[in-house]
Amino acid sequence: MNEEKNNIPEKKGSSSPKDPRRREVLKSLATLPFAGALIYGAFRKKQFEHYKHNKLLQTLSLGTREDQPVYAPPARKGDESVLGIGVIGAGSRGIDLMRSAGFIHPSLMDEWIMEKRINRQDNRIDIFMGQEDLSIRINGVCDVFTVHEQKALEASANIYRNGKDGKKGNPATVYKDYRDLLKAKDIDAVIIATPDHWHAQMVIDAAKAGKHIYLEKPLSLTVEETLAMEEAVRENDVVFQVGHQNRQIESHEKAKEVIRKNILGKISLIETFTNRNSPEGAWVYDIDPKANPHTVDWQRFLGSAPAHPFSAERFFRWRCWWDYSTGLTGDLFTHEYDAVNQVMHLGIPDSAAATGGIYFFKDGRTVPDVMHVSFEYKKLDLNLLYSATLANSKNRKKSFYGHDGFMELDQDLVVYADRDSTKYKEAIDDGVIPTERPMVTHIPGESDIDAITSATQQYFASRGLLFTYRGGQQVDTAHLHIKEWIDAIRHGSEVSCGIQEGVEEAITAHMGTVSYRKGQKVFWDADKKQIVTS
Amino acid sequence: MLVALRVAIGWHLMYEGIAKLLQSGWSSYAYLMDSQGPFSGFFHDLASNPGVLRVVDFLNIYGLTLVGFSMIIGLLSRYAKMAAILLLLFYYLAHPPLITAEYLFPGEGDYLWINKNLIEMLAVAVLLVFPTGHIIGVDRLIQNFKNERRKK
Repeated sequence: MNEEKNNIPEKKGSSSPKDPRRREVLKSLATLPFAGALIYGAFRKKQFEHYKHNKLLQTLSLGTREDQPVYAPPARKGDESVLGIGVIGAGSRGIDLMRSAGFIHPSLMDEWIMEKRINRQDNRIDIFMGQEDLSIRINGVCDVFTVHEQKALEASANIYRNGKDGKKGNPATVYKDYRDLLKAKDIDAVIIATPDHWHAQMVIDAAKAGKHIYLEKPLSLTVEETLAMEEAVRENDVVFQVGHQNRQIESHEKAKEVIRKNILGKISLIETFTNRNSPEGAWVYDIDPKANPHTVDWQRFLGSAPAHPFSAERFFRWRCWWDYSTGLTGDLFTHEYDAVNQVMHLGIPDSAAATGGIYFFKDGRTVPDVMHVSFEYKKLDLNLLYSATLANSKNRKKSFYGHDGFMELDQDLVVYADRDSTKYKEAIDDGVIPTERPMVTHIPGESDIDAITSATQQYFASRGLLFTYRGGQQVDTAHLHIKEWIDAIRHGSEVSCGIQEGVEEAITAHMGTVSYRKGQKVFWDADKKQIVTS
Repeated sequence: MLVALRVAIGWHLMYEGIAKLLQSGWSSYAYLMDSQGPFSGFFHDLASNPGVLRVVDFLNIYGLTLVGFSMIIGLLSRYAKMAAILLLLFYYLAHPPLITAEYLFPGEGDYLWINKNLIEMLAVAVLLVFPTGHIIGVDRLIQNFKNERRKK
């Protein structure tokens, strides 16, 4: 009691001077709880998003980020003897492939450097200079047009990646006849980028000469050619790669995972497209004024094609005629088909039915500019549609329709759940899986496919915009594809688009072409290895 | 009311910072690349240089968080408000609501010349003119401390 009595006056005495100070402190820190509340709220929100995200990944069996395969080109081993390469066909595509292999034409180098000075965001020069040195030399070039020949020579000498005034190495040897190039001892492998009607003979001859082959698509003009090429490549055991550089696109690797994990459910329809709307897109390329019967070896260009007087138009725009080309199916559908085939391993279809015509470019061409082909895969209960027009440029993306989801595939990848999905019904009802926005996406440059959470990512994904920034630098897919081929030659590793894939691509394309040209549905007779009409 | 306004704006800025901090791999790259208007070249340049972009990202994430926190608790609020005005001015200049501008980033409203960034910036300017940190805020404590030292 005494203590209490003694304490009371002390408390009273001390409280009166402290009260104003307490008030001061209270006023000073009055808003501090708001900061605490915000941090608590942010933490709870993050927890909720984390829970939702994990539940979505769990539902889709996507696992954790660490579990997912990350695209990586094969590593080099170190025993790098320099490989000698021959380039057969050095038109625009051949020159592009030389650049992808590391040999840029000096004037293009100057142009890109200049462009970079004007526009700092133009990173083509950075991408090129960032390319790995494949330890190869272009030792031979062959083209029927002297201007192409000269250009290829200049590019072949640009071993130090310089502009016109920079240091150069020795240029390649020029061969008028590709057969002589194939005989050269300093040629280990060839890149073939000629018109389609030359592919078969050149591949067969190169394989017989023991040269490894990188061949631009499409493989061939006919089924017979395709089978002969397959035999030559297999018998001579050369490393063969079809130039479908989209095999190297990151999003295709991710799409394989989506299919492997059955995220879309039973797929019954796949749509593929080509949309272009310019003369160049329709193969009406510029005609070089230097092209004439003296500068173009016209007979060598024709080869086994039907005889025709010299025509600069046919020489530069050969894709417009069946004599040298396979039109939409061979030139453009093959890209689409190969993308689907690498993701789904469809193989050759049972049947094909095509329609179309020359509706817009009435310029004397024989190949159609608008086309639809419906391919049936009976055992898979699946239809693959190809829809193409060269007179409208709307961007339509490869679309995979499954019972439980829908996937759009291009440089990016977006997956939507189907609102009537059986598999995801519960998750959709619980709000774990959205149906009005993508549930899975892959944005180029990021290493994983993911269930997206941020509004920005959702938006960019839904618009299919390409911002390759994180998770690695931008790369030229053709460079990766050539590198894969070179690695396979050196180290015996696998190529991603070998003769098997090439044959499947070619036969499928030819079924579309034959159906269009015959005006009737065609079938693949797997026993006789023939396209038949009944 | 001014204190409430200060806390509310501080809250908004701080959460913008924290949200970016918690979102792994967040970058201002896309926002900067989406810039339009007379200053777009400057913002594109910021985005195109990876080193500069890292600095911009860092300043955005931690700058917003710190500025917001300072405004909420009223600590060094004069400097925090000046920094907030600068940040908001950059956001406004990067994405000005011009007649001809069409942005990829989704907006939640319709704007012409004046948008919420500008309004928020003006509101912070009002708070700068009529400071409240020394009334309710840690700045009051600092001021009292300074006064007491002066008296001694």
